[in-house]
Amino acid sequence: MAIIERPSDALALPSAGDGPHNALGVFARPRAKTGWRAWVSTVDHKRIGIMYGASALFFFVIGGVEALAIRAQLAAPDQKLLSADLYNQVFTMHGITMIFLVVMPMGAAFMNYFIPLQIGARDVAFPRLNALSFWTFLVGGIFLNTSWFLGGGADGGWFAYAPNTGVAFSPSHGMDFYALGLQITGIASLIGGINLVVTVLNLRAPGMSLMKMPVFTWMSFVTQVLLVFAIPVISVALFLLTFDRLFDANFFDVGQGADPLLWEHLFWIFGHPEVYILILPAFGIVSEIIPVFSRKPIFGYPFMVFSGIAIGFMGWGVWAHHMFASGLGPISVAAFSVSTMFIAVPTGVKILNWMATMWGGKISFTTPMLWAIGLVAMFTIGGLSGVTHAVAPADTQQTDTYYIVAHFHYVIFGGALFGFMGGFYFWWPKVFGYFLDEKLGKVHFWLTLIGFNLTFGPQHILGLQGMSRRIPTYRDGYGFNFWNMVSSIGAFIIAFAMLLFFVNIVRSKRKASQLPPPGPDPWDARSLEWSIPSPTPEHNFDDDPIVTRLDDFWYRKYQEDENGNIVQVATGEEAAMPGDPSRSHLPAPSYWPLVVSIGFPFVGYGLIYNLALSAVGAALILGGIVGWALEPPDDEDLPPHGHDDHGDPSGAEAAALEQGEPEAEVAAIGEEVTVDG
Amino acid sequence: MADTATHGHATATGISNAKLGMWVYLASDCLLFGGLISTYLLLRHRSVSGLTPAEIFDIPFTSVSSFVLLMSSLTMALAVASITRGDVRANRVWLATTALLGATFIGGQVYEFTTFYREGLGFTTNIFGSAFYTLTGFHGAHVIVGIVMLMSLLMMSVRGNLGPERRDAVEIVGLYWHFVDIVWILIFTIVYLIP
Repeated sequence: MAIIERPSDALALPSAGDGPHNALGVFARPRAKTGWRAWVSTVDHKRIGIMYGASALFFFVIGGVEALAIRAQLAAPDQKLLSADLYNQVFTMHGITMIFLVVMPMGAAFMNYFIPLQIGARDVAFPRLNALSFWTFLVGGIFLNTSWFLGGGADGGWFAYAPNTGVAFSPSHGMDFYALGLQITGIASLIGGINLVVTVLNLRAPGMSLMKMPVFTWMSFVTQVLLVFAIPVISVALFLLTFDRLFDANFFDVGQGADPLLWEHLFWIFGHPEVYILILPAFGIVSEIIPVFSRKPIFGYPFMVFSGIAIGFMGWGVWAHHMFASGLGPISVAAFSVSTMFIAVPTGVKILNWMATMWGGKISFTTPMLWAIGLVAMFTIGGLSGVTHAVAPADTQQTDTYYIVAHFHYVIFGGALFGFMGGFYFWWPKVFGYFLDEKLGKVHFWLTLIGFNLTFGPQHILGLQGMSRRIPTYRDGYGFNFWNMVSSIGAFIIAFAMLLFFVNIVRSKRKASQLPPPGPDPWDARSLEWSIPSPTPEHNFDDDPIVTRLDDFWYRKYQEDENGNIVQVATGEEAAMPGDPSRSHLPAPSYWPLVVSIGFPFVGYGLIYNLALSAVGAALILGGIVGWALEPPDDEDLPPHGHDDHGDPSGAEAAALEQGEPEAEVAAIGEEVTVDG
Repeated sequence: MADTATHGHATATGISNAKLGMWVYLASDCLLFGGLISTYLLLRHRSVSGLTPAEIFDIPFTSVSSFVLLMSSLTMALAVASITRGDVRANRVWLATTALLGATFIGGQVYEFTTFYREGLGFTTNIFGSAFYTLTGFHGAHVIVGIVMLMSLLMMSVRGNLGPERRDAVEIVGLYWHFVDIVWILIFTIVYLIP
């Protein structure tokens, strides 16, 4: 702890006079701890997680506006707010935005931030690749959305069935942006997937075997494995579509002998695992929230884990249920019908385990808990309507109607997004060091729940009445008027509720200074991220935690007395780990991931407009990779780790160190530190 | 490549981050080639005009270039073995040989593509052409990336930065290289040999 006692000028970098290391002579090694430079060069999984979350919320606003445009158009019959062509673009971009630019990155935000914390690691396995993954996602999302200003967005629906999306039927550049933009975000997901799979397998703290990992980490791990295997399949499909559209290949040209089912198979082999990629992180989040606010351990932990793994496996064997109406033949239809019914079993196991966790628990209905219960209820409705799709004859009736729209909004909005909202309220104090306002949060929840059910509940009825999805309008007298109006009113209630969420963020931030800080463990929670200060210090853990059992942190606070009653032996504050952060070692920030990622949209624009731009993009990517390779992952101008005075003397971290000083000092004397030094 | 937060400390699995990352990437790449090979199998006999596989393939020529690529797997294994022994000079020789054999294979592919094109099979000629060039083109691109990685290792070695302590780096490139070879065995069998 010498670091704190010394005057800070004694900690000046040894090479400060020589100027920092230049990789390729282009960039000074980034050293900023605050300001925009710190953010664009960061490799810290927490900052990257926050940026993922912020970008997802930004795209959420865009996707939400698109949703409102759709509902405004359909509020009454024969409206002409949007032309049929524009309507195609709006619903397509709404779907792409919400799936690829909102739900996936929001999951990535939680996974980036909390996987390392829950497994007791200092960062992810490849911190710079993590930054590359984020920036590539962001530029991919921006690239997709610039299509609005360059002749119109994609208009072929989110699953973009070729040959319908060939140049002949979709002559604008919208589908080119779709194919190339999703290729770019796919690269981001693949890199992120590889990174987090390796992180979970390799960076677990001592004693944390796989079956001691929190359920959130487990579900995230399954998600990342699914991504690793699903992304290349859609990459193939997107390559084929790109080659067809831009280079006159013949993959989807029926006149040349193409099979229109090829795209459908490739897309849905990706598309169905994708559904679980969207929902599993949210399942993980509520599996953390429900035990904490029921004051009980998760019911049937191994069942929770293995049902998640089972979903991961079975998710690959059900894709053709999206294609029952395409004439696959009775044997395929029967097989996929049965497998689809089967996959409801592990999902049902999860639902029952959550309920059994709550059963007999001392439930406190905090905002995160409300969202979690909301997920259980809404996802069950969505899951049940999903089982009705598994019945092929019924599905043939439902295909391409609003019944389908209702179903997938119940699972993706009522499932994934409810889970993420719960996660925001649950982990906000850990990430930012202040609570989101509970009262406003509850209003947010109830309004969303009401608006959500008003919007999507009636769509079941509309669908069964025969209203097909993706039609820009309907005639008066079809009997669709009333429920469409209800649905549109619901959509605007959701929008208002989400506005309250943003208001809550701003207001809570402003009020935060007058309230006591949340402390390390405000919810009396169970997993390792609550054993460190809030907000999380830059180095995460002072010492590598040593784990002996599932919910290890909780057992540091509670033990059984001789009568078998659970008694508290320590408060969260006491159980939170004090330690010696001076031994921690962090990877150095870098600009190169940003440089590489900026190359991708240039390649994309170049392929569409002018190959010269592609050359610029390729130069950026290749130059970036060279600069990256030549720049060591560690800043060699900083003292080597394990060195006595290593550590970060500046800014927020020093403050955090000072706060933790007394305990830290004791621990540093009392314990032999064996880790990461 | 050793872009890790653990800094060579023991990992939970005992496999280094970079090597495990390569394994996971290769698992993912299986699905990329799986998709491309399935596409080819579906489309190869569906052309309505133009040249067919049977009319165009020169199996003896491609067998020779396949043999060259397979031999490069042997030299890659020798490169890993030599760095394990600490024999930096032999390592350099085997890395260079592997890259050279890979480049020979690529040369063969360029020759093959130009010949096919001259005989009348372009990328847009028919559906078989699109599928064939896409599948083999993706494989060729993988080989080229492999050659770049081998050349980078060679450069590191010449500069004295590739001793036995960085055996992992050679082994990881080796994993990639063997994978690309195995994929070629599949492609050669499925595209060229099975009628």
